[in-house]
Amino acid sequence: MGVVPPPDGLTRCGDTAPGAAGGAGESTRRPDGVLKVTGDFAYASDLRHEDMLWGRTLRSPHAHAEIRSLDTAEALALPGVHAVLTHADLPAATHYGLEFTDQPVLADDRVRHQGEPVALVAADHPETARRAAALVRVVYEPLPVVHDEATATAPDAPVLHPDRDDHHAAHVPHPNVVYRQPVLAGDPTHAVAAVVVRGDYTVGTRDQAFLGPESGLAVPAGDGGVDLHVATQRLHADQRQLAPVLGLEPERVRLTLGGVGGAFGAREDLSTQAHACLLALHTGRPVKMVYDRHESFLGHVHRHPATLSYEHGATLDGRLVYVKGRIVLDSGAYASSSPAVVGNAASLGVGPYRVPHVAMEALALYTNNPPCGAMRGLGAVQACFAYEAQMDRLAVALNMDPVELRRRNALTQGDTMPTGQRVDAPAPVAELLRLVRDRPLPPPRPWETGDGVDPRALPGGLANSSVGEGIVRGVGYGVGIENVGFAEGFDDHSTAGVRLAGDRMRRGEPGPWRGNEAAWNAPGLRLVGGEVVTPRGEVLASLAEVLGEEAVERELEFRHRPAEPFDRATGQGFGHVQYSFCAHRAVVDVDIELGLVRVVELAAAQDVGRAINPRAARGQIHGGSAQGLGLAVLEEILVGPDGLVRDPSFTDYLIPTILDVPPMPLDILELAEAHAPYGRCGAGEAPTLSATPAIVAAIRQATRLPLTRVPVRPEHLTGT
Amino acid sequence: MRVTLTVNGRERSADHVWEGESLLYVLRERLGLPGSKNACGQGECGSCTVRLDGDLVCSCLVAAGQAEGCEVRTVEGLADADGRLAPIQAAFVETGAVRCGFCTPGLLLAAEELLARVERPADADIREALAGNLCRCTGYESVLDAVRLAAARATAPAADPERRP
Repeated sequence: MGVVPPPDGLTRCGDTAPGAAGGAGESTRRPDGVLKVTGDFAYASDLRHEDMLWGRTLRSPHAHAEIRSLDTAEALALPGVHAVLTHADLPAATHYGLEFTDQPVLADDRVRHQGEPVALVAADHPETARRAAALVRVVYEPLPVVHDEATATAPDAPVLHPDRDDHHAAHVPHPNVVYRQPVLAGDPTHAVAAVVVRGDYTVGTRDQAFLGPESGLAVPAGDGGVDLHVATQRLHADQRQLAPVLGLEPERVRLTLGGVGGAFGAREDLSTQAHACLLALHTGRPVKMVYDRHESFLGHVHRHPATLSYEHGATLDGRLVYVKGRIVLDSGAYASSSPAVVGNAASLGVGPYRVPHVAMEALALYTNNPPCGAMRGLGAVQACFAYEAQMDRLAVALNMDPVELRRRNALTQGDTMPTGQRVDAPAPVAELLRLVRDRPLPPPRPWETGDGVDPRALPGGLANSSVGEGIVRGVGYGVGIENVGFAEGFDDHSTAGVRLAGDRMRRGEPGPWRGNEAAWNAPGLRLVGGEVVTPRGEVLASLAEVLGEEAVERELEFRHRPAEPFDRATGQGFGHVQYSFCAHRAVVDVDIELGLVRVVELAAAQDVGRAINPRAARGQIHGGSAQGLGLAVLEEILVGPDGLVRDPSFTDYLIPTILDVPPMPLDILELAEAHAPYGRCGAGEAPTLSATPAIVAAIRQATRLPLTRVPVRPEHLTGT
Repeated sequence: MRVTLTVNGRERSADHVWEGESLLYVLRERLGLPGSKNACGQGECGSCTVRLDGDLVCSCLVAAGQAEGCEVRTVEGLADADGRLAPIQAAFVETGAVRCGFCTPGLLLAAEELLARVERPADADIREALAGNLCRCTGYESVLDAVRLAAARATAPAADPERRP
């Protein structure tokens, strides 16, 4: 009595896996859930310290300029200001970076993108800090802006990093090419095909748009070091980059994870970290830095925009013979994680298909556009939009059903990727497509209710732009392949990690229980095979009995199998630990007169290996699908040829609301992956790939337009 | 200036408030109530949603002085005095509607207001009511589940007065 069970339809897919009581496979609540609904969870932006100052960054208004002079006197004179720092004040290393050390902590004589940090202020009120930053006098001399491949690789192009000393510098075709990766398989030069389709595609810049802004609280410590509480994805990578900048030994740069309000890749790079620590060490006071949304848009890396050119050749019965592709990614002013993004785009560039002959090339450019780095599905998202559009084009050329064409070429376990890597785990590509195709279609004209027209179900919604005239339905499919790793920040690993440790302990499985071993060793006891034993080998109790309901706070250590870099010339190599697959079917209603799109349903099927926490797995697929929808029809950071961002706010950069995201029915397969603990496989990234091409395919079907770029905007549909 | 207001049933005042400060800033930085979140600062994301004399507002868009003498309800006031979660809070935890959680406080306030107004909201009603609250993690499916669950419990015929809002 008392608790009403959830009504039917609220719980789908394995909410209670039989035989999984208390462990892997059972849906569980997030350990931080209650704190988050009561407002008690401490995000990094909620942290405070007595006596703390507020930090502020002054950023470049230019995409490319020389700094002629910099005067901080007026800013320093403002009452309440405690410090103003510039490049000249840096105590040690002046540059940092995830893969290349190419990013200045504060600009020296040159800024390479809009929003590049130029000076720092610490003051007693955020408004004082903002005003002081505006009083720093900087004289810029604008330089020509490198904004695309043509301007980056022209014979007289300004070289953005003339003193490159990174390990790729000697191997790139132009100093403004960050990194280039070909992938060659078979004999693409001589391969011939009965049917050939070609296409050029464009993917716009997009933002991760996590909601919790970049935040850090740096507290100077008695030992001359600093304690930094920060929202980040990679504490250890942060520390590795920070210590040289601060001129401190790593052990005196202590990082604590502050509450993270979403990440999606954008917290892999440093944001407030170095700046807050520098101000704290300089002033001897705790310093808090929190970006507002405008600064967040300019202060973190985005998803690489891309131009992609593909040629697909197939037999008359729809078997792929060859794929030739070229993917140009814009890294913007700094490298960030571009080599990894290039590697993904090249190695996953033909998609989840068997292709005998392949010539792929991916590269990233240095430009004066906003820096780009990691975002969910990095590199693979851009490629998937293009190769799936090509598959639809090929289906039209062959007069074949697009799902049937994909099925005939679908990758399966035992096949070989263009990199030479054998797929040695389940790859149910054809089955995933079948699952989404076989779902019943949602009813047509959903705005027609018994009482008349519900405008909320129309494209355009409550804007009352139509009553249902000019609306055409379309259905489209997409499927993608993504590599996956093992890290918190993408896949709800904090919950899964605790679940796995607790599950294995309860079942008394053997360790290693490194942390617990230390504790139990104190009284002379040891943990052996999940049991507490005396030095003479006498078993006292199982660990499960000892722990009872106690929270498990330690995680297992697991090393995934090693991967290797791709060969520089051929792209051959065992480069990926695991692959992940997801398929989508999108149903759209398009107002073809006004160019308005309503996604009516977005069905997904995905293999997650093993759902450690089914509710979290579903949430990852739903969230990833919604972000794919954003790229399809809403989200783009608009950057002009001047390198300046036109829409750095949630007023202009639109992320999907609950009105934009439709019902998303799921089919989840759990085909255990033999090379991972519990057969698990990361679930969060693959759905971000295939949702976008499925939606655009559906819009193409409705409009008969080629639609070669995302996001699709109303003017692309109306030709206005 | 000094601002005095009633927050979650308690009279509170803040001194030395600069005229440009928002209600959100005063709640978070001066009254020790950081549950309301600041994600956009311009009324687009709904993370800072509170009730101001009963109305849903983006507290980042309300000047602190405008809240003088008003009743404010924030996420910190949803659970009862003994710390028992409100039905909408429990439903959010149970359905997985809480992920990174940054949007959660605002969504809870908006959902609570909807359920007080509409006993059995259709999905279209829920979507309309929550359209001002951005969430980047969930794709909203579990948020819909949570509101449906809380609505079903509130209107269930079973005698369980403590589950009623």
